[in-house]
Amino acid sequence: MGPLVPYIISSEFNLVIALIIGFFFGFVLEQAGFSSTKKLVGLFYGYDFTVLRVFFTAGVTAMVGVLLFHHYGILDISIIYINPTFLRSALIGGAIMGLGFILGGFCPGTSVCAAAIGKMDAMLFVLGSFIGVFAFTESYPLIKDTYLADAMGPVTMFEVLGMSRIAFAVVLAFVAIFAFVATWFVEMKVRKEPAKISKSRGMKYSVAALMPFVIIAIVAFVPGRQEIIQNKIAEAQRQNECVFYEISADELANEIIHNHYKINVIDVRSPEAFEEFHLPMAMNIPIDEITNRKWEMVFNQDIKTNIFYANDSMTVRMACLKSRFVGDAKNLILTETASEFKSMFFEIEQPDLATASKQEINEYNFRSNAVREMKQLIDALKNIGQPVVREVEVASGGC
Amino acid sequence: MNPYLAGVLLGLVLLGTIYITGRGLGASGAIKSGVIATVESVAPEHAENGLYYSQQAAEREGGPLNNWLVFEVLGVIVGAFFSGVWANRVGLKFEKGPKATNWGRIIGALAGGALFGFGSQLARGCTSGSALSGMAVMSFGGIITMFAIFGSAYAFAYFFRKLWLK
Repeated sequence: MGPLVPYIISSEFNLVIALIIGFFFGFVLEQAGFSSTKKLVGLFYGYDFTVLRVFFTAGVTAMVGVLLFHHYGILDISIIYINPTFLRSALIGGAIMGLGFILGGFCPGTSVCAAAIGKMDAMLFVLGSFIGVFAFTESYPLIKDTYLADAMGPVTMFEVLGMSRIAFAVVLAFVAIFAFVATWFVEMKVRKEPAKISKSRGMKYSVAALMPFVIIAIVAFVPGRQEIIQNKIAEAQRQNECVFYEISADELANEIIHNHYKINVIDVRSPEAFEEFHLPMAMNIPIDEITNRKWEMVFNQDIKTNIFYANDSMTVRMACLKSRFVGDAKNLILTETASEFKSMFFEIEQPDLATASKQEINEYNFRSNAVREMKQLIDALKNIGQPVVREVEVASGGC
Repeated sequence: MNPYLAGVLLGLVLLGTIYITGRGLGASGAIKSGVIATVESVAPEHAENGLYYSQQAAEREGGPLNNWLVFEVLGVIVGAFFSGVWANRVGLKFEKGPKATNWGRIIGALAGGALFGFGSQLARGCTSGSALSGMAVMSFGGIITMFAIFGSAYAFAYFFRKLWLK
């Protein structure tokens, strides 16, 4: 599940990725004609709306793509970088940039592209932006209050407007297509050309314009990853066909003592219950968190066996079932509940040697030894024995 | 290239960036890194005492140039150059509007760059980092910055028409 940095791609290699992404970014900008001021300022005088077309198409494409990736569980949008909103500085800064745009004819990205192919005016623009940034960093103490005013955090447009993500995507796609059509008429008028388009071209553009709506409709109406998992679980439950491999408490104790590095003992109860009592070496993954990205490494691996336990057989089976759809690790469930394990091992009472059967005595010896050994093991592996706290790294970005 | 096709390609580059790194594209941030690096090496004392520089130094491990956007913009230079070679557009050229004077264009480019640089820092991002990437993730700040940039450019366009129009 994306983003791939930092779990799948390391932060160091990320810089190489940056170079490659930059290459494509620069290539596309230059191919789109953004290395010429004539194209760029054409937007503001109505004779060339290329910038608007490229810009809006790119925005809608990426936005729809993000929705689709999120829908199928490819990208976790809760941790991608969303530019934080500082209302006042965004508006003032934006207005200053607009003035810079019309004066200089470039924006930073396009000026770098144009400078790369030898446009001297673009080189001057880049030099100017260094001066402008320097002016900002130098005068920062004076403008700090404006810079930090009206902090709203990483809010999104649809939250501010009080609509759903999907509804806003539809609105944005509509606005973009309306803008494309309207500016085309304006452009033809300014250029004094007839506003006509051949039938086959018109067809192609209409199909292309439908694409974002088709994808948004898929996101809105076709079941996504979470729903697919839920449906599979419901289906498996209804057909009563799921087989659970169980492990008994004594076997588990033996595994913990001898093979603790081969197993994950997973407590799917609430953190409070876990805090009160948990099995030796157990980690706490509450059942609702199983599909959370941070535990993917536990459920999607083929090195360790996962052993689930809870306080009732329903919950533990549900957890085991859920984890099957997250990854392909080997999963077992503990036959006994947490409290049964506790009374079997940690509250064990010595049987009366005179009346007890041999089996009872053996059991007692095994269990009391096991408790001692498990305690020793925890002492020896203190750090590993701590409940694992993992944090999701939120991506940072922006300029 | 057809602008819509270029837009789709640019959108896919942006989508790939978000998928791989969890962040969007950018440009002005690299210039900021360059400025900070210059100040740190030219006037280290000033960099240590300056409020902004010390804040940035605390945030950035491994020096100001060890930054994602710096590498990305290096890639942009290579990519744009490659595209220029491909389309046979490379060559030293000084582009200006038909009525603009040389000095007018020089001052305009410098002043425009300076304003864009200043504004991009104030708004925490330029057309790429704030407006484009912001739109992809539906950031409120990104989208209002976009409206502010283009709205203001339209508002001022009339006054500077001699720089660009016939």
